[in-house]
Amino acid sequence: MSTATATVISTRAGEGRVTLPRVVNSEWIKFRSLRSSYWTLAATVVLTIGFGALFCWATVNRWDHLPPDERAHFTPVEHSLRGYFLAQMAIGVLGVLVVTGEYSTGMIRASLSAVPRRLPVLWAKTAVFGAITWVVATVSCVVAFFLGQAILAGKHLDTTISAPGVTRVVLGMGLYLTAVGLLAVGIGTLIRNTAGGIAAVFGTLLVLPLLAEALPSSWQDNIVPYLPGNAGQALATLHQGPHDLAPWTGFGVLCLYVVAALIGAAVVLKRRDA
Amino acid sequence: MIEAVGLTKRYGPKTAVHDLSFTVRPGIVTGFLGPNGAGKSTTMRMLLGLDTPSSGHATLNGRRYADHAAPLREVGAMLEARAVHTGRSAFNHLLALAATHGIPRRRVEEVVDLVGLRQVARKRAGGFSLGMGQRLGIASALLGDPATLILDEPVNGLDPEGILWIRNLLKSLAAEGRTVLVSSHLMSEMALTAEHLIVIGRGRLIADTSVEEFTRQASSGKVHVRTPDADRLAKLLRELPDVEVESADGEDGQVLEVSGAESEQIGRLAAEHALVLFELTPQQASLEEAFMELTRDAVEYEAIVSPTTSVEEAAA
Repeated sequence: MSTATATVISTRAGEGRVTLPRVVNSEWIKFRSLRSSYWTLAATVVLTIGFGALFCWATVNRWDHLPPDERAHFTPVEHSLRGYFLAQMAIGVLGVLVVTGEYSTGMIRASLSAVPRRLPVLWAKTAVFGAITWVVATVSCVVAFFLGQAILAGKHLDTTISAPGVTRVVLGMGLYLTAVGLLAVGIGTLIRNTAGGIAAVFGTLLVLPLLAEALPSSWQDNIVPYLPGNAGQALATLHQGPHDLAPWTGFGVLCLYVVAALIGAAVVLKRRDA
Repeated sequence: MIEAVGLTKRYGPKTAVHDLSFTVRPGIVTGFLGPNGAGKSTTMRMLLGLDTPSSGHATLNGRRYADHAAPLREVGAMLEARAVHTGRSAFNHLLALAATHGIPRRRVEEVVDLVGLRQVARKRAGGFSLGMGQRLGIASALLGDPATLILDEPVNGLDPEGILWIRNLLKSLAAEGRTVLVSSHLMSEMALTAEHLIVIGRGRLIADTSVEEFTRQASSGKVHVRTPDADRLAKLLRELPDVEVESADGEDGQVLEVSGAESEQIGRLAAEHALVLFELTPQQASLEEAFMELTRDAVEYEAIVSPTTSVEEAAA
């Protein structure tokens, strides 16, 4: 380390002002410069593809011993995408961390000093994390689909991408996972604490449906389809059950939750002391 | 230029900062001084809009911080050294901040060199020592080449070499015509770095004055005189109006503590009467003592039993 005092005046700092594209670029640099980003995205890929392949392999192996009821309900496209259940946890954790990682380390004060209007930071995080999640989740789902069908082909159980609704299910799963990620960004901003944020995301996706099962069944039918997870998964379901929402309706409901979370996040980010 | 007007911050029933108004001028280093818990950091966060004042407002270079189109080019701030994601390298941290303003990569490299972090710039900031963290904080403050700098306790955790470096850096930044506001709880550090002082205690303004003036006010006004002709000199001095003399035995000759007369006056008087002087020293209370005196009632956390350690030790 040097003790020399170099001249500090510099023309090299340029003259630009803060713009949303620049904040997006900043968030992209932030995202790609953390190891946890790569680990969590790798977990998403491995969980989606790996578990999809594992479930398909298990089914092929046990097919001859399966009860007729299970055979009747078997949908090859959904089966190859079953890894989503764990992948959504990884994406939810990462979505929370994108925000709470800044609060726990104090980085948020540097971020908000650079962008004192604050909201561009939230929108940029949403855009960057949404785009990355969408690409990674969609690619993982497509790979998981084709790999799964290749395995299922061993028993001629496979379907094709051109079969009715299949493309919608495969790409819809990518959209569902993206929406879950953005919901997590919103919740992370609202709660500002990693443990609390992750608990809230898991609670919303996993615990709420279980709690709802304790309700009288007539209530369940009116509530469960509208829970964030259940509503969004309608898009990735080939044949809707009697109480399921229509695919795009369901996804629209999930998007409403996401928008609500992000609006709440924006209000809180703007108002609270950093 | 920083202007704070009636800044007030309340947390529930507790008022952290109370009706604080001051102006920080460009071209000099201004020390922002107060005991721990006096409200220095809260004030600085309000200057940057990180905390919203309960009332009052602050402008930097004529505008509220958040109203600047390119805030990092106007104001560089180091609030806490640890405003850095621990998992990110120093270089990427600076690069991400620079990107928000379109500040080019070569400027990032420039500030990394300037603060002497080149060798560790690619390492994770979480592994940095306190001193390295401070240097990184200063690098991020300098990124936008701002006209105004706000640094919260920049010498904390630095080794003597680093402290000297900061001191020279701050002075050269001010000499370039920038506004430099530096907080510290160490009076001795500010005496060496700052020209102007804003002193607060318990969130209230205690003094807004030049270091020189602060020192002068803090001086006891006594003059220490050592002379073999103490009795004669004391007699002569007592004839002057409003002069009091206390005498004590020194090692060689006697020591007089004179109040009410300037040292020049005493020297001339001695010369006129051909009296020998060994020593003639205006007594200045140390700045630490002056600071302690000034903030005595304003210390947030005070030991119930007065510590016996000296101020120097306590400061070290």
